[in-house]
Amino acid sequence: MSADKTRGPTRAKTGEETIAFTFDGTTYHARPGDTLAAALLANGVGLVGRSFKYHRPRGIMTAGIEEPNALVTVGKGGRAEPNTRATDLFVYPGMMVQSQNRWPSLAFDVAAIFGLAAPALGAGFYYKTFFGPAKHWLRYEAFIRRAAGLGNAPTEPDPDNFSQTAGFCDVLVVGSGPAGLKAALEAAEAGSRVMLVEQDAVPGGSLLRDPDPAIDPAAMVERIKALGGKVLLRTTASGYWDHNFLTLSQRLAEPGAVPPHGFAQRLWHVRAGRVVLATGLIERPVPFANNDHPGVMLSQAVRSYVRRWGVLPGQRVVIATNNDDAYLTAQALVEAGAEVVALLDARASGPAAPAGVTVYHDARPSSVTGRKHALRNVTAVIGGSEQSFDADLIAVSGGFVPVSHLHMQAGGKLTWNEEAQAFVPGETPQVCETIGSALHPPAAPAAAPAGKAKTSFVDFQNDVSLADIDLAWQEGYRSVEHLKRYTTLGMATDQGKTSNMTALSRLAEKQGVTVPQAGLTTFRPPYTPVTMGLLAGAGARNAGAHVRRIPLHDLHEAQEPIWQPLGYWFRPRAYPVDGEGLVAAALREAQTVRTVAGLSDVSTLGKFEVSGPDAAALLELVCATTVGKLAVGRGRYTFMLREDGFVFDDGTVWRLAENRYLLTSSTGGADRMAHHISYVRNSLRPDLKCSVVNVQEHYAGIALAGPGSRRILAALTGAEPPRHMGYAPGVLAGTPVHVLAASYSGERAFEIHVEATHAAEVWRAIEAATRAAGGAPYGLEAMELLRIEKGHVVVGGEVDGRSTPHDLGLGGMLNKAGGFIGAAGLTRPALSAPSRNNLVGLVSLEGPIPEGGMLIQRAGQSPQGHVTAAARRILEGGAIALALLEGGHKRHGEELIVTSPTRGEKARVRVTSPHFYDPAGERYRD
Amino acid sequence: MYQIACPHCGPRAQTEFTYERTTDSVVDPAADAHTAMHALYTRANPMGLDDEVWRHTYGCRAWMVLTRHRVTHEITAVKAIGPEALA
Amino acid sequence: MKTPYSAFSLLRGAFNGQKHWEPAWRDPEPRSSYDVIIIGGGGHGLAAAYYLAKVHGIRNVAVLEKSWIGGGNVGRNTTLVRSNYRLPQLHNFFEFGLKLWHNLSDDLNYNVMFSPRGAMFLGHNDGDMIKLAERGDAMRCDGIDAELLSPKQIAKIEPLLDLSRSARFPIDGALIQWRAGTARHDAVAWGYARAADALGVDIIQKCEVTGFVRDGNRITGVETTRGRILAARTGICVAGHSGHVAGLAGLRLPIEAQTLQALVTEGVKPMVQSVIMSQSLHCYISQSDKGGIVMGGDPDNWPSYARRGQPTIKEGAIAQAVSMMPALSRLRMLRTWSGVTDMSFDGAPIIGTTPIDGLYLNAGWCYGGFKATPASGWTYAHTLATGKPHELNAPFSLERFMTGATIDETAVGPMPNHR
Ligand SMILES: Cc1cc2nc3c(=O)[nH]c(=O)nc-3n(C[C@H](O)[C@H](O)[C@H](O)COP(=O)(O)OP(=O)(O)OC[C@H]3O[C@@H](n4cnc5c(N)ncnc54)[C@H](O)[C@@H]3O)c2cc1C
Ligand SMILES: [Zn+2]
Repeated sequence: MSADKTRGPTRAKTGEETIAFTFDGTTYHARPGDTLAAALLANGVGLVGRSFKYHRPRGIMTAGIEEPNALVTVGKGGRAEPNTRATDLFVYPGMMVQSQNRWPSLAFDVAAIFGLAAPALGAGFYYKTFFGPAKHWLRYEAFIRRAAGLGNAPTEPDPDNFSQTAGFCDVLVVGSGPAGLKAALEAAEAGSRVMLVEQDAVPGGSLLRDPDPAIDPAAMVERIKALGGKVLLRTTASGYWDHNFLTLSQRLAEPGAVPPHGFAQRLWHVRAGRVVLATGLIERPVPFANNDHPGVMLSQAVRSYVRRWGVLPGQRVVIATNNDDAYLTAQALVEAGAEVVALLDARASGPAAPAGVTVYHDARPSSVTGRKHALRNVTAVIGGSEQSFDADLIAVSGGFVPVSHLHMQAGGKLTWNEEAQAFVPGETPQVCETIGSALHPPAAPAAAPAGKAKTSFVDFQNDVSLADIDLAWQEGYRSVEHLKRYTTLGMATDQGKTSNMTALSRLAEKQGVTVPQAGLTTFRPPYTPVTMGLLAGAGARNAGAHVRRIPLHDLHEAQEPIWQPLGYWFRPRAYPVDGEGLVAAALREAQTVRTVAGLSDVSTLGKFEVSGPDAAALLELVCATTVGKLAVGRGRYTFMLREDGFVFDDGTVWRLAENRYLLTSSTGGADRMAHHISYVRNSLRPDLKCSVVNVQEHYAGIALAGPGSRRILAALTGAEPPRHMGYAPGVLAGTPVHVLAASYSGERAFEIHVEATHAAEVWRAIEAATRAAGGAPYGLEAMELLRIEKGHVVVGGEVDGRSTPHDLGLGGMLNKAGGFIGAAGLTRPALSAPSRNNLVGLVSLEGPIPEGGMLIQRAGQSPQGHVTAAARRILEGGAIALALLEGGHKRHGEELIVTSPTRGEKARVRVTSPHFYDPAGERYRD
Repeated sequence: MYQIACPHCGPRAQTEFTYERTTDSVVDPAADAHTAMHALYTRANPMGLDDEVWRHTYGCRAWMVLTRHRVTHEITAVKAIGPEALA
Repeated sequence: MKTPYSAFSLLRGAFNGQKHWEPAWRDPEPRSSYDVIIIGGGGHGLAAAYYLAKVHGIRNVAVLEKSWIGGGNVGRNTTLVRSNYRLPQLHNFFEFGLKLWHNLSDDLNYNVMFSPRGAMFLGHNDGDMIKLAERGDAMRCDGIDAELLSPKQIAKIEPLLDLSRSARFPIDGALIQWRAGTARHDAVAWGYARAADALGVDIIQKCEVTGFVRDGNRITGVETTRGRILAARTGICVAGHSGHVAGLAGLRLPIEAQTLQALVTEGVKPMVQSVIMSQSLHCYISQSDKGGIVMGGDPDNWPSYARRGQPTIKEGAIAQAVSMMPALSRLRMLRTWSGVTDMSFDGAPIIGTTPIDGLYLNAGWCYGGFKATPASGWTYAHTLATGKPHELNAPFSLERFMTGATIDETAVGPMPNHR
C-alpha cells in the first residue's frame, strides 16, 4: 500500500539531479539536501504517520528535531531505525522508509477506532478500570502493549559499529546559527581551541530559513577550521553534565544507511573550558480543534520548506500567529507564488503585511476540517464572530520557546520573559553562557485558545489535548509533574518540545496564576534521543568486559581444554582426552594427582610482595593470623577479615627474607585485595616503613601436586625442594623460580612462581617431567574435587562474605594479640551466636548431593543450611559435600536431607567433619 | 562526570577515580569496638560539604581527600594522603 | 464518599465530559497535631498511612511531603517487583509484599497495573547457575515460586536475547519467578494517596520537615515550612533523604545517599516480555506498556543528593544490555533520570524504632524499595501503631549493625560502594 497521495507535486521541476527513495514501497524522488519531510512534501505526500493512542492520521508539522508526528522506520535488517523523525533524516540513494503504528496501511488504520472511544479514554482512564487480580490485568495489558509502541525494533544484530572518542577544547559552541558562528569565529581568532557543533547537516541555523546576505556560514566555518577549530555537523550536544563535561552524538551516516567506514555514529566525551549555547528557538503550536490534522504546520517550518528546500507545502494558506515572525512566512509564501488566504493575528495590531495578504486582528483559529487526510478548511474566531477559509495549509505560530535544555542540564536557572511568554536561560553554576535568539525570543503575547478543548491537541504524539489537562486538574493532579505523569504529556519521542509551554499556560490559567508560578519541568539528558548502540560503543560486542588472559593461555589452548570463566579471567577447567566429558576428565585428573602427580596453572592468584622493616606490621594488620613469628623461608595459611569481622579472603604468607614477604590471595578477590591493602597502607598506616607491590601478573604460578611431586621437582631444580610450608628460591629450566611448598589438594605439593615472560619454558619442563612420571595437567574442576575432599574452604564458596573465622573452623588460628583489621567487628555478639551457620562435611547416604541444595530435617521445613560445594570421593566411591549448617559444629553425626526443588533432586546425608581426606595431614610429610 | 585535580597527575576525569568513604568513617585499627563500629556504620550525610577519601585508582593509584559538595558537586579542596604526603 | 473507579463510571463520563470525577485527594491545611505524622509522601509513607487507617483504625494521621507526592524514588524507579532473594528474612518479607501486590489494584480501587509477567535472572556459567539454583531452592523451601529455565526455555520467552555460545557472557540458563513483574509506579503513589485520603488521612504537600520538636529523649512533633505540627509518634520515611532528616534529630545512620540512574528508550512494539536481570551483568531491562525499554544498572558509587547521574555509568550499563540483547542497538535512549537512594550498610532496609522515643525509622531501601511498598507500609504501620516491630520487620532493626546481625544478601560487607 502506498501512502495517501493527496496533493500534486509542490516543487518546480529543475534540471537538478534527483535521489530515489521509497516510502511504504512507493518510489519517490528527492533533491540533494532534502530531508525526508521536504521530499515527501515536495511529492505531495501529506499523511506520514499515526498517533500513539488514538491512531489519528498525522502529517509533517515541523522542519526540525522537535517533530512530534512524522515518525518513520528507516533502513532494513539490523540497521533499521524505528521512530526516526522525517524532519531529521536526510535522503540518501536507495533509502527505504516505512510508516509506523498502523495496520493494515497508513491510509486505512483499523486501530483508528480508538479515536471513537476517545470520550471514555481521557487522561489516566486506565487507572480507573481493568480491575481484578493481577492475572487479569496481564491479559488487557498484552492488548494495550500491542496497540501502543509506534515502530518495530530490529530483530537482527546491528551490522555497524559505533565509535567513542574524547575531546577537549577551550570553547565549545553549540549551534551554528548567526550567534554561534560569530562566537566560534571570535573565539578561534582569539587563539582558543574551538569546537562548533551543529545538529543539522549544514551550518547556518536560522540563516537557512532567513538568509542574511552579510553572513556566509560556509565561509565562516572554513575560517574557523583554518584557525584550528573543529566543526562537527550532524552532531548533537545531547548531554551537559558536571564540571563542563558534555556528550555529543555525531551521525557519520544517516539513519538506516550503510556507513562509509563501518561506523554509523560517534560519541564524543568533551571537557570544555567554556560552553557557549547558541541553540535558538522552537516555535509553539496553537491549540484549536483538530490542530493535529495533516496540513497544520508551524509557521517557521513552512518558511523553511519554501526558502531552504524550494517546496511549497500548500497553495492556499492561512497563517495564524500571535507575533511578528509569521509575517515573514507570509512574505515567503507570497514570493513563492502561494496564495495567503488570511493572516490571523491574535493581537489587536501587527506589522504591515505583504501586499495582497488580508490580515485579521483579534483573530484566532478555532478548528480545521479536511477530507482524505488533506486540509480543506480553516474556521477562525475573528472579533466576536466566526469565519471560514478554504485552505490546504495552515501555518501557525504560538510564540517561541528558547532551547534552554542544555542550560538546564548544566544546572542553570530560567527567568520568565513576560513579553515573549517564555522562559529564558538565567544564571548557571557552570562556565557556560547562552547567546542569540534563545536569550531574546520575540514578543508573543498570550492568546486564549478558541476551539473545543477535546481535540485541541497539546502533545500530538501522545494525543494529549487541552481537555485532558483540564481533567487532570479537576482530579487534583495539579503540580506540573503530576499533570505530565497523569496525562503522559511530554513523554513521547519529541520529549515535549512543542507541548510543554502550551500545557504550562493552560495549567497557569486553571490555577489563576502566572506561568512561572504554575511551575516548570526540568530538562534532563538527552536533548534529543540517542541511539543505544552509540552509547554502548564497542561494549555492545563484549558487554564492556575485557578478557584477562593468563600468561600461558596459548600453551593451554593447544591442549584444547574446557575453559572456565572466572571474573574477567579464563582458566582451564579440565583437559579432556579421548572424548572425555568434563566429569570424567576431572575425575581422572584428580585421581592422577592423588596417585602420581599433576600440574595446574595458578597464575591468577593474588600476589603481593611486602618489604621493609615494617612489612610484618602491615601484614599483621591485613591478616587475621600471626605473621611476625614466621621464620625466614617459612610460610603459613592465612585469612583476612573485613572491618565488620567477616572473612573476605584467604591465602598464604611467606617470609622470603628478613624484611621481605610474599602474600598470596584468591583469584576472585585479587583486585579487591589489592585495593584493600592499598587502603590500609595509605589511609590507615602511612607511617609504616614498608612497600607493597602487586605482583599478581608479574608472576605466573604453576602448582605441582601429588605424591610424586617432590621427586619431579627435585630432578628439575637439582635441589631438594622445601618441606611442607617451606620456601626456597631455585632455578628451573634455566629460569629463576620461587618454590613454595603449599598444598591445596591435600597432597605433597608446590607452587612454582616464575616471571610471566618465562613461564612457558618452566611449564613445559614440568609438564614433560610430570607426564614422564605418569602424571598429567589438571584443571579447576579436579582442583575442586581435591580441595572439597580435603576440606579446604574457598572464597566464593564457603567463604561467602557472611561467615566468621569460627564458622569456618578457623577460629583457632586468629592472632590472639588482636590488632588486625576486623578484630573489633568480630567482637559483636551476633558473630558468635550459637545458631550461626558453621562449616560441616556431608556424606551421602543415598544419591549424589545437589550443589547449592538446601539442608532440612524433613519436608516442608525452612532450610537450616545449604550445600556450598559437592563432589564425589576421588579414589573411593560415594558423594560428599561441604555445607554451611546452623549450629553445624555441634551436629556431626546427624542425618539430614539435601533438597533442590528447582532441580527436583534430593539426597539423604550425614553431617561430618569437613575433612574427608587425610585429616592428620600426613601426606604432606615426606 | 567530575574533573578531579589529582595532586600528582593534575586534572583528570572522574572515571579514573574511585570513592572509598568519608574521612570520619576511616576506622582506626586501634579503636575500641564501639568506636570502631560507630565510625564504620554511621555517616553524617550532610547536604553540603564533606571530606571524602578517594583514590586515583585507574591513574597513579594514589589516595587523596576531597572536600566535595553533596548537592552542587563542587570540589573545594584536594589533599594528598599516604606515606609521601607525611613527609 | 468518592466516586469509585470502574469501567462503567468511565463510560458514564464519556457522556458528561468526565466531569463527575472529584480530586483524587484533598489539599488540606495541616492541623496543629496528629496521632501519627509520617515524614515523606513517597510510596512507603503513603502506604503506611493507608494501612494505619485501614488496618489499625488510626486515621488522625498526616503525611508531610516537602514537594509533591510521588516525586521521589517511587516515581523514579524501574518498577521491578519480585521476592526472589536468597536470604530468608528478605524473601519472606518481600513475599508478604508480593502477595499484597497481586490484589493491590482491587484493594485500592486504583489500577496500579501490577503485571506479573515474570522476572528472570540469567546465569552465564556453572557458578552462576548453582548460585541461582541455591537461591531458587531457598525460596521454594519457604513456599515462594522459582523455576530454573534452560536456554531453550529462555529462547521461547525472550527470543531476542543473544543465546549464542560465542557471547561474551553466554546464557546458560535462568531462574525465573513468574509471579514477579512490574507495576505503574506513579499509580502506586496516587492509589495509596487516594485510598488513604478517603479514610481521613491528611496528605500535606509542599510541607518540608526542617526540624524536630524534642522533649528530653522524646520527639513530640516536627517543625515544617508550614509551621510546627505535633504528634505522639513520628515516622521518618524519606528514602534518599533519610540521613539528612535523621540528622535533624541528631541521629547518624548506617546509610549513604547515592545516585541511581535509569533510562527508557523510545517506544517500540512488544519485544521484551519479562523482566531480565543477570547474575554477572550489571544491567536489567523490561518493556513498559508504552513500549519503551526501561533499564537500569549500578548506582553512581559515591554520595550525592543531586539527581544528576554520571553519563559513563549509564553507557556501561547500556553496553551490557546491548550485548545481552543486540536488538536494542538501534533503539534510542529517550529519557534518563536519577533518584537519591538510601544505601544501607548491609543492603537491607531498616524499619523500626530508634534510640529516640516517639521517633521511628523506615529507610535503607537502596535500589530495591519499590517492590517493598506494600510490605513496608504494612509493617511500618504496625510498628507505628503498636510501638513494636511486626515479626516480618523485626530482623530489620537499626541495632543490627551494632550487634552484627546484618542481613547481607550480596555479602560484600559494610561499604555500599563496594557492592
Ligand atoms: C532509578 C531507580 C530505580 C529503581 N528501581 C527499582 C526497582 O526496579 N524495583 C524496586 O523495588 N525498587 C527500585 N528502586 C528503589 C525504590 O524506588 C525506592 O527504594 C523506594 O521508592 C523508596 O521508598 P519511597 O517510595 O517511600 O521513596 P520516595 O518516593 O523517595 O519518598 C520519599 C519522600 O520523602 C520526601 N522528603 C524528603 N525529605 C523530606 C522532608 N524533609 N520533609 C518532607 N518530605 C521529605 C521526598 O520528597 C519524597 O517524596 C529504584 C530507585 C531508583 C532511584
Ligand atoms: Zn594521580
